[in-house]
Amino acid sequence: MKEGYELVYKRPSTLTDRRMSYCPGCFHSTIHKFMMEIVEEMDIQDKTVGVCPVGCSVFAYNYLDIDMQEAAHGRAAAVATGIKRVLPDRIVFSYQGDGDLAAIGTAETLHACNRGENFTFIFINNGIYGMTGGQMAPTTLDGQITSTCPYGRDVETAGMPMKMAEIISSFEKVSYVERVSCNTPANARKAKRAIRKAFEYQMEGMGTTFIEVAANCPSNWKLTPEESLKWLEEKVYPYYPLGVFRDVKKLKKEE
Amino acid sequence: MAEVKLMKGNEALAEAAIRAGMQAYFGYPITPQSEVIEYLAAQEPKHDYVLIQAESELAAVNMLYGSGGAGARVMTTTSSPGFSLMQEGVSYMACAEIPCVMVNVVRGGPGLGTVQPSQGDYFQAVKGGGHGDYHVIVLGPNSVQEMVDHIYLAFELADKYRAPTLILADGAIGQMMEKVILPAPIKYEPDKPWATTGKTPDRERNILTSLYIQSEDMEQRNLKLQAKYKVILKNEIRYEEYEIEDAEYIIVAYGLCSRIAKNVVNRARDEGLKLGLFRPISLWPYPWDRIGEIADADRVKFFISVEMNAGQMVEDVKLAVCGKKPVFFFGRLGGIVPTPEETYEAIKEKIG
Ligand SMILES: Cc1ncc(C[n+]2csc(CCOP(=O)(O)OP(=O)(O)O)c2C)c(N)n1
Repeated sequence: MKEGYELVYKRPSTLTDRRMSYCPGCFHSTIHKFMMEIVEEMDIQDKTVGVCPVGCSVFAYNYLDIDMQEAAHGRAAAVATGIKRVLPDRIVFSYQGDGDLAAIGTAETLHACNRGENFTFIFINNGIYGMTGGQMAPTTLDGQITSTCPYGRDVETAGMPMKMAEIISSFEKVSYVERVSCNTPANARKAKRAIRKAFEYQMEGMGTTFIEVAANCPSNWKLTPEESLKWLEEKVYPYYPLGVFRDVKKLKKEE
Repeated sequence: MAEVKLMKGNEALAEAAIRAGMQAYFGYPITPQSEVIEYLAAQEPKHDYVLIQAESELAAVNMLYGSGGAGARVMTTTSSPGFSLMQEGVSYMACAEIPCVMVNVVRGGPGLGTVQPSQGDYFQAVKGGGHGDYHVIVLGPNSVQEMVDHIYLAFELADKYRAPTLILADGAIGQMMEKVILPAPIKYEPDKPWATTGKTPDRERNILTSLYIQSEDMEQRNLKLQAKYKVILKNEIRYEEYEIEDAEYIIVAYGLCSRIAKNVVNRARDEGLKLGLFRPISLWPYPWDRIGEIADADRVKFFISVEMNAGQMVEDVKLAVCGKKPVFFFGRLGGIVPTPEETYEAIKEKIG
């Protein structure tokens, strides 16, 4: 550090010095940074194992300087279960998109939560299939246009967009569920706090923790990053409200 | 300490897995192998392995991926429809080089088929049931004792080659009861520096993946796998020969069919007919070269592959014999076990 300068911001040592493949403005990179800051702050690099399944974040292991397993599309929860059960003292997370977690991998997701598997889901809900070029996801909003619903999602035939945080919060063995976002610095800080809390609950052996990120996808939404934040505020949060959906510590206090 | 017991194949296999140091088991009930998970569930309090009855075979095989990748000695067992469901995971594990033991106690197919014993999954097992250029090591036990011995062997091979290893047992081997010698339990000490156990300062991060998006990288990955398969082909071929030295007619059979074939060979010998049995034990790698050598002998007139399917392994016999001698097939389908009588008749018919 040069004399007279004060360090106010740096890349966490747990994030590799590599240019990310994510599009400009995408929350994936923000969430990656938060997770790795937390790993650095909690000094758990040697205890953390991540799972990244197929989706835009399949390359996460190129950026996160921790041990990682890449999983088949939809199978991250089963893979994370396998890791955590044989290494119960490690901090394990799965990092999944909405197609992965709520379409092809729904069974694995729900059953891991039902068993209360003691790992953390980081669920990036961008309402679309990013990696394959912008097809409809189970979370695509009513009327939202994608390449496979070019006239807008028709909820009569495609069903309603799935509210995963709400669904997951109904499982008794799930200890913490919060939906966060990164549209403002305040919300971004909340998102980081939520992830840290989830890791802490996991370290206390409290059962499944689930952080949903109401995320953007400027490229496939065909919006600028700034416009994508507006879309989040106008369309996404009204349907997918931010907040804590389940916190067993609070529930216990209330009892 | 070793023990002698009368046991059902599936239970012997489960007990052997415990003794061989299995640390985690994932499975989903399906006949004719549900006794494995039932046995392991009953024994669980006495041991410290992880046991999960998964929500599907798809989940089970991916739990296997995760825990095997985390360095544990892991196993799943299933039967045909369940193994079909697992194929995606098998392909991923082959590419990511995750050691694990899988057991398919085969029933009759296709589709839901029948719960009766079959060898209808031979193609799927040895030619690669999932996508891409890969092989799993495949062992074909023909007795309850081999169910036990092959579990120890399969765990060793899986670790040695970082390769998914499959025991392909036709339903009857899982269901029948026989005397078995259970070897003494071993204390398994994993030595897997590649496993995802948490990155320590003294090493780079460990990544287990089957994704190589650049064609050049994917080709290199494939070449690495192929080089490994070459070594396996060289080192791990196993077979048994019975009355082969002077045999003019040779039955090729594995699993339960090899037991029937042995009976047929004995009958034929009593009648002065020079019949012999060649039994492949490793189904991949297959003993092609040895069968080819036998085919070279002038005395040998033909081969006949006896199977519980429509004729699958016979293709490997033909590859091995390479046109040097005729290769015939006899089999029953749909879960029917061929009798020694009808098998013998089929052979005599070919002799003419
Ligand atoms: C079995 C299988 N089916 C389909 C695909 C193709 N595929 C890759 S990523 C993807 C969708 C990813 O969307 P999502 O999970 O929402 O993540 P995102 O890319 O938006 O981050 C699909 C369908 C695949 N890899 N495997």
